Amino acid sequence: MTKYIIRRLLWVIVLLFLVTLITFIVFYLLPSADPATLRAGRQPSPALVAQIRHNLGLDKPWYDQYYRYMKALVLHFDFGYSYQSNESVRTLIFSRLPATISLTVGAAVIWLVIGIAVGTVSAVRRRSKFDRAAMGTALVAISAPVYWLGLLSLFLFAQDIGKIPLFPGAGSYVPLSQDPAKWFTSLIMPWFVLAASFAAIYARLLRANLIEVMSEDYIRTARAKGLPERRVIFKHGIRAAITPIVTAAGLDIGVLLGGAILTETVFNIPGVGRLAYDSILAGDLPMIQGTVLLGAFFIVMANLVVDVLYAFIDPRVRYS
Amino acid sequence: MSAPSPLLEVNDLRVAFTTEDGVVHAVDGVSYAVSQGRTLGIVGESGSGKTVTSLTTMGLTRGRNTRVSGQILFEGKDLLTLSADALREIRGNDIAMIFQDPLSSLHPFYKVGAQLSETILAHRKSSKAAARDRAIELLQLVGIPDPHRRVDQYPHEFSGGMRQRAMIAMALANEPKLLIADEPTTALDVTVQAQILSLIADLQSRLGMAVIIITHDLGVVAEIADDIAVMYAGRIVECAPARRLFANPEHPYTWGLLESIPRLEASRDRELVPISGRPPSLINRPGGCFFHPRCPYRLEDHKRIDPWLEPLPSDPDHKVACLLSPRVRGEIWRGLRAGTPPEELRAALVESERQPGAAARVGASGPSEAAT
Repeated sequence: MTKYIIRRLLWVIVLLFLVTLITFIVFYLLPSADPATLRAGRQPSPALVAQIRHNLGLDKPWYDQYYRYMKALVLHFDFGYSYQSNESVRTLIFSRLPATISLTVGAAVIWLVIGIAVGTVSAVRRRSKFDRAAMGTALVAISAPVYWLGLLSLFLFAQDIGKIPLFPGAGSYVPLSQDPAKWFTSLIMPWFVLAASFAAIYARLLRANLIEVMSEDYIRTARAKGLPERRVIFKHGIRAAITPIVTAAGLDIGVLLGGAILTETVFNIPGVGRLAYDSILAGDLPMIQGTVLLGAFFIVMANLVVDVLYAFIDPRVRYS
Repeated sequence: MSAPSPLLEVNDLRVAFTTEDGVVHAVDGVSYAVSQGRTLGIVGESGSGKTVTSLTTMGLTRGRNTRVSGQILFEGKDLLTLSADALREIRGNDIAMIFQDPLSSLHPFYKVGAQLSETILAHRKSSKAAARDRAIELLQLVGIPDPHRRVDQYPHEFSGGMRQRAMIAMALANEPKLLIADEPTTALDVTVQAQILSLIADLQSRLGMAVIIITHDLGVVAEIADDIAVMYAGRIVECAPARRLFANPEHPYTWGLLESIPRLEASRDRELVPISGRPPSLINRPGGCFFHPRCPYRLEDHKRIDPWLEPLPSDPDHKVACLLSPRVRGEIWRGLRAGTPPEELRAALVESERQPGAAARVGASGPSEAAT
């Protein structure tokens, strides 16, 4: 197992290296805005633009730039400096991470609780009114785009513009360390908006799995043993039906930690997603590179965690 | 069947499932009884209702789409009228069941020992440690070597025969009065089959429980059953003490089952005779005798008249549901044993039907007394 994890970690490094390379190439090959021109102010003289380009190192060939970037990254864990604000990319990203983590983890708790509860009840009471209503709602939640849902909830419930002012609106995010109560209330709407489609997907996934599992022979055995139905469902049924949920949750959380771009943008939460979005608009290569690298890191790590977790959930899975 | 009050007595059990295609009459008027220390073998093809009968005994077919009628008396209590909770207390405690495929019947994610302890803790007040000790003891009882190590292994680390032994251990955990074994050896190798059967027989003689063994294989019940019931299309078509059933089978379906078993003492060039056709649909069942579409000895009347399960005049413990007269049946069975092909016997039967004078040779047949 340890060997397996080490091998996988080495692969993570190779993968991240490839990700930086691809981002670099994409940035150079695709027609993007010229960072130097963007930075030079209105109607700049060509000399100024050339000067800026030289200062940023953009006049060198791309492989040379890439080499410098990688050298700083590997030797000093230095992600470079933002073209836009001249701040350290590393510092900026780490300052934005808490907001993204707050958003993702809170939403994940909500969608797991709702998804698992609804999925279980729907599967156990298949074709009941509850099941039909829940699966109908799930279809709506999956179909609704998150930005639409976000704007709708702001329009309905935000304290500044909402029809029924209940929760703080967009741009009200306060770090946890500053004011836990405000942090919590400001995130309620983003959490639910982000969690909606995930909760729906998880409910459907668990429902389908649990229905299948409940017709397995070992469930019949559990009943034949005279176990209470509650125990049959929870200990024997859900235990077996939950594995795909764990996989999905690991990967989804991994993706979102790299930045929940739409939700962060709609609610104006200063997270990594928002940072990535802004840096793309500004053609800020070091910033883009940093956020992409962070996103890739979370995704590959989530994959690894899921695979390792699998061995704990399903005793038949063994890595060597 | 000799004890005054049997442990389990099933009376006119009917189970029907409503499906999208129609009502499936899975069990249709089945009656049997098992006493303490006895073994009943229920034999039949897939879909003959033998599994549904026992699952209904366990209360595992209850559901919105199921209609059940009749009586299942266990120690005098009708299991069909018991509440779900009361029935649950009997399940796994007084009545235990083992199933066909031991791999899929054990939970893949839990250790064998934990699954055993769980059965004990569901019915007994006991500490976890005591339940674990009992689990080890049970594994030893069913002949699993090194039970102290095995108790902490997962089902996938067990071989097929071991898994079935573990299932048996689980069934025996609370010393049941009745053990229902549903095709316990079907998924196993032939050598392992014999071991499992002798294990069941051995445990029965030690623990004194009643056993119902469900199988499609007459060879399996021949070894361990005291009584045998042959089921076809949701009904019992013949039942008798095992020896008498093998010596004098009375129903054409039983003949078919016996003739399709390879026998060592039979001559090499004698061909096995399969039962032609397929089991009938339990939604649209044939009229008359359910077996008539596949019966080589059917007469016109048999398509209309529904036979009842009736005792033989010569042997009240031997019951059969067949419209042929006992004499005709005797002649046909002797003919089959002598190697006469069914077609010839059928020709003789039809001939005797046409000319009542020839009846002396094959016996008078006509609609039997059962028809009324």
